[in-house]
Amino acid sequence: MNPVEGELKSLMTASLGGDEGAYRIVLGRLSRYLRGYYKARLAQTARSVADVEDLVQDTLLAIHVRRHTYDPDQPFTPWVYAIARYKLIDYLRRTRGSVKNLPIDDVQAIAAHDDHVASESSLDLDRLLERLPPKVRDAIRYVKLDGLSVAEAAARGGMSESAVKVNVHRGMKTLSALIARGRRS
Amino acid sequence: MNTDHLVRMISTNVEAVTYREPKRMVLISAGLGAVTALVAMLLFLGVRTDLAEPRAWLFVVVKSAFAGAIIGMSLANLTRIVRPGGERRVSIALGLLPFGGALIVATTSLVMTPLSDWKVMIVGEDWLLCLLCIPLNAIVPFAAIIWAMRQFAPTNLMLAGAMAGRAAGGISAFMYSLHCTDDSFPFIAVWYSLTIALCAVLGAVVGQRLLRW
Repeated sequence: MNPVEGELKSLMTASLGGDEGAYRIVLGRLSRYLRGYYKARLAQTARSVADVEDLVQDTLLAIHVRRHTYDPDQPFTPWVYAIARYKLIDYLRRTRGSVKNLPIDDVQAIAAHDDHVASESSLDLDRLLERLPPKVRDAIRYVKLDGLSVAEAAARGGMSESAVKVNVHRGMKTLSALIARGRRS
Repeated sequence: MNTDHLVRMISTNVEAVTYREPKRMVLISAGLGAVTALVAMLLFLGVRTDLAEPRAWLFVVVKSAFAGAIIGMSLANLTRIVRPGGERRVSIALGLLPFGGALIVATTSLVMTPLSDWKVMIVGEDWLLCLLCIPLNAIVPFAAIIWAMRQFAPTNLMLAGAMAGRAAGGISAFMYSLHCTDDSFPFIAVWYSLTIALCAVLGAVVGQRLLRW
């Protein structure tokens, strides 16, 4: 097993158990790998490299809201690669790019380039949040942006703790769908 | 938006994930679909009335075993295919095995019968009913299975949709086998296979749209 796989896998397993620090490290690492992967692929297919950061963020959110589909008994890198490739194909179809010369099974490609040169994506979080129902938006603001605990957010928003949790969960799913759909239309 | 900002947001106060087992979700949805399909079959077609005869029994068993094999294989594949990259753990050749088996049995049975009987054996009496009822009665099971799959993240939507269609077609064929009085191996190999394959093709087309994420 390669060292990247072993390290990411143990971090991801901790993240699935609710380890915020581990999760931040995994996502940070993945964002650099994804950036490297998409830059290389889009350069090959002569697509706009300006879309790289949008794709990275779309994929990160998709990874987050679909993280329950990772089976800890299976290797982690192929799971990430499958999602990254799925999002790339989705993007290429939308922009009428060719999917034909995309290598089929190239799991190693995902960790081939570590690229930390980020640019701003075209996504505007505030405008996306405005499209959520008020309760959901508040829950996301308090818990995910202001960093309040669920109990504190419940007190501030006048919701039950389970309502906060449900709204955060629902809100992240909607954000991911909005980004995926927005990029599609 | 800055990606580091997004990473911070996603990871802040992250909850431990609640596992939803693909196996359970797929089985529950297929089970619900099967019950609906059974009720629809009983309401509109009814069970064949000659079940007292051993030959009728034998053919009910053969037909439902064929459909059952398709259902079992499809569901096993579905539990893999709903996870990202799961399509690599699915064997298409293995999936064609029941169809190949049926074709061999059908050919053997044709070879052993005079040519004049072939037409009746292949076309049967109610081929049109079979062709219509199996895909129609597969719609609800298909919808239920797609709903379950949407909780997950298939990355090969065409194959995932085809597999959902095949499972639903298998379920529907299983129910139809309780009604069907066309008792010959060639009939099963042609019409059961054809209708289930049709469900798989339609599933691939529709699934690509319904399963996007």
